[in-house]
Amino acid sequence: MAPRYALGAAINAGLRAAMARDEKVVVMGEDIATLGGVFRVTDGLAAEFGTERVVDTPLAESGIVGTAIGLALRGYRPVCEIQFDGFVYPAFDQIVSQLAKMRARSQGRLSLPVVIRIPVGGGIGAVEHHSESNEAYFAHTAGLRVVSCSNPDDAFHMIQQAIASDDPVIFYEPKRRYWDKGEVSDEPTRSLHEAAVLREGTDCTLVAHGPTVATALAAAAAATEDGFSVGVVDLRTISPLDLPTLRKVAAESHRVVVVHEASTFLGIGSEIAAAITEDCFYELEAPVLRVGAYNLPYPPAHMEDRFLPDVDRILEAVDASLSF
Amino acid sequence: MSAHPLTLAADPTVSTADLGSLLAARQDDPASTAPFQLVDENGDLTAAGQDLGVDLELAQVLHTDMVLARRLDHEALALQRQGELHLWIMAWGQEAAQVGSIRALRGDDHVFPSYREHAVLLCRGISPADLLRQWRGATHSGWDPAESHVHINSLVLGTQTLHATGYAAGVRLDRSDEVVMTYFGDGAASQGDVNEALNWAAAGTLPVVFFCQNNQWAISTPTATQMRTPLHVRAAGFGLAGYHVDGNDALAVHAVTQHATARVRAGEGPALIEAQTYRLAGHSSSDDPKRYRTDDELAGWQAKDPITRLERLLRNAGVSERHFSDLEARADTFAVEVREQAKAIHGEDLAVVFEHTYAEPHPVMQSELAQHLARRDGAVA
Repeated sequence: MAPRYALGAAINAGLRAAMARDEKVVVMGEDIATLGGVFRVTDGLAAEFGTERVVDTPLAESGIVGTAIGLALRGYRPVCEIQFDGFVYPAFDQIVSQLAKMRARSQGRLSLPVVIRIPVGGGIGAVEHHSESNEAYFAHTAGLRVVSCSNPDDAFHMIQQAIASDDPVIFYEPKRRYWDKGEVSDEPTRSLHEAAVLREGTDCTLVAHGPTVATALAAAAAATEDGFSVGVVDLRTISPLDLPTLRKVAAESHRVVVVHEASTFLGIGSEIAAAITEDCFYELEAPVLRVGAYNLPYPPAHMEDRFLPDVDRILEAVDASLSF
Repeated sequence: MSAHPLTLAADPTVSTADLGSLLAARQDDPASTAPFQLVDENGDLTAAGQDLGVDLELAQVLHTDMVLARRLDHEALALQRQGELHLWIMAWGQEAAQVGSIRALRGDDHVFPSYREHAVLLCRGISPADLLRQWRGATHSGWDPAESHVHINSLVLGTQTLHATGYAAGVRLDRSDEVVMTYFGDGAASQGDVNEALNWAAAGTLPVVFFCQNNQWAISTPTATQMRTPLHVRAAGFGLAGYHVDGNDALAVHAVTQHATARVRAGEGPALIEAQTYRLAGHSSSDDPKRYRTDDELAGWQAKDPITRLERLLRNAGVSERHFSDLEARADTFAVEVREQAKAIHGEDLAVVFEHTYAEPHPVMQSELAQHLARRDGAVA
């Protein structure tokens, strides 16, 4: 039987494996060496690989990404940790104008194999700026790859695949699932940019990523009890999207509901709805529906249960799709 | 005296027996220091210049570099006015700060420029064609950093100082004795990235030389509006060695940069050099400096022109007329090359951007490239 890891521990094991395999891999961020990160995702790495390769940085997010770019130009493969989703914005220019565009700006001469790990999403009762879902900002920028893991097996393999990529990768970690346990296989079953059909359905398919995959699975199970066949796709990759898989499930189930924690307005669900509508219009029995957060600043913790999509909101959308 | 090739001397040296102690004494009282000079506005040696001596052979190299750089600058602006370039960023007036500093580095010391360092690029052997490609709108950058050890231009101000700092962290991981140089201006000094980089490099004792060309104006905003504390004074607060030099005195810039770089190379931590200079032209070919600065101010700085100053020194020192006449002929030839090379730059098809955006295959690039090629080749009505 494959070993069981918590999702955060699986990322830790993946980082360890990548660092052991390639001495050019360096890990850097705020409080990641001595402390092991505020979520302990880098726990023990400094002891094993030394503080030259596991670096406690000054508290400066633009500096973290900007210096990671310099390290990559020197031939290193930096893995940056942004401590919380809402702290990535000081690094926005370094990510979207520098990291994303350097390869095109240099006519393909300069590659930047940088991974930016971001604990993402809400549901942990945090103070403001600690619960955001900002994947659409980065997915909108050509030159970046954006992925989102939802379970320990993917976390272990996807972090290694992201580090191996010669392109910059924004790597989202669902912080409220860090402690969820699951089996971790020796070998990856998928490439980095493939979606996973976790459950087939003939009436409707839920498409989710990161923290909402478990919510979607719970909603699909509830719908089954009511006699409907509802599938679930774990996107895994946000940019590029795995459109062949999305087209396939749309053609098979004729109804698609996209679920994410980010606001529905101009969220990833909007792109998926448009892409499926363009490609599968005659296969659909209902418009692609989106379930996400309201278009608000992330609210105080006491309100977040009413803000985030839950099983009831997903089932509400499934009902709307089925009755269309 | 024959013209010097525009390549970096293998081992630039200058007579600087007592320069270290002289600069160290100045660091003890950074707030009060006037910029360090070896040659004054009239081309006469200052007291420090007389004490330390100057290297006339180096002076001729730097003079040659500056004359050719200014010629490229003037030709490029003319080309912009003729519609041959989309934009030009003028640098004349700042040549001494650029050639003096780059000639003090080793050829394998990696450089992260901003976007006004044309003289630096020429000294590193970058051709006019590669230098002008970006400004003709053909590409976003023109040269291979692996060959010239000069990174591509950074147009978002100050961002390159962090890249230099990270690159320096890699240099140290590699146990190399290379030094990393980054250029930025007085305007960029207000950016968060520059201040993060200064702090980061100091905290990590990284081998970076931060070279600020204070040209007094961030487009229309004068230095006094940008900062209360002079930049070289800020160095002490961050924990860098700080230097203040007359940026229109090429020999002083060279001496200070060589001194600072040697200390950085020896592992003593990063340095910040503030070179006082002046952008004699507008910010760019789109700018009109008459809207924000006076003719008197301009005339005052024209009197401090770095090329005139070095020419006076060389003539006073009895350097042969051949140096000047050869150089004039060479600059004329160079101007023809600049014009020919600029006009020969042709943009490539949009397809290359699809190919260069990602290192690895990407389905959106593939499908949109196919659309583009079909439209381009007339397959789509």
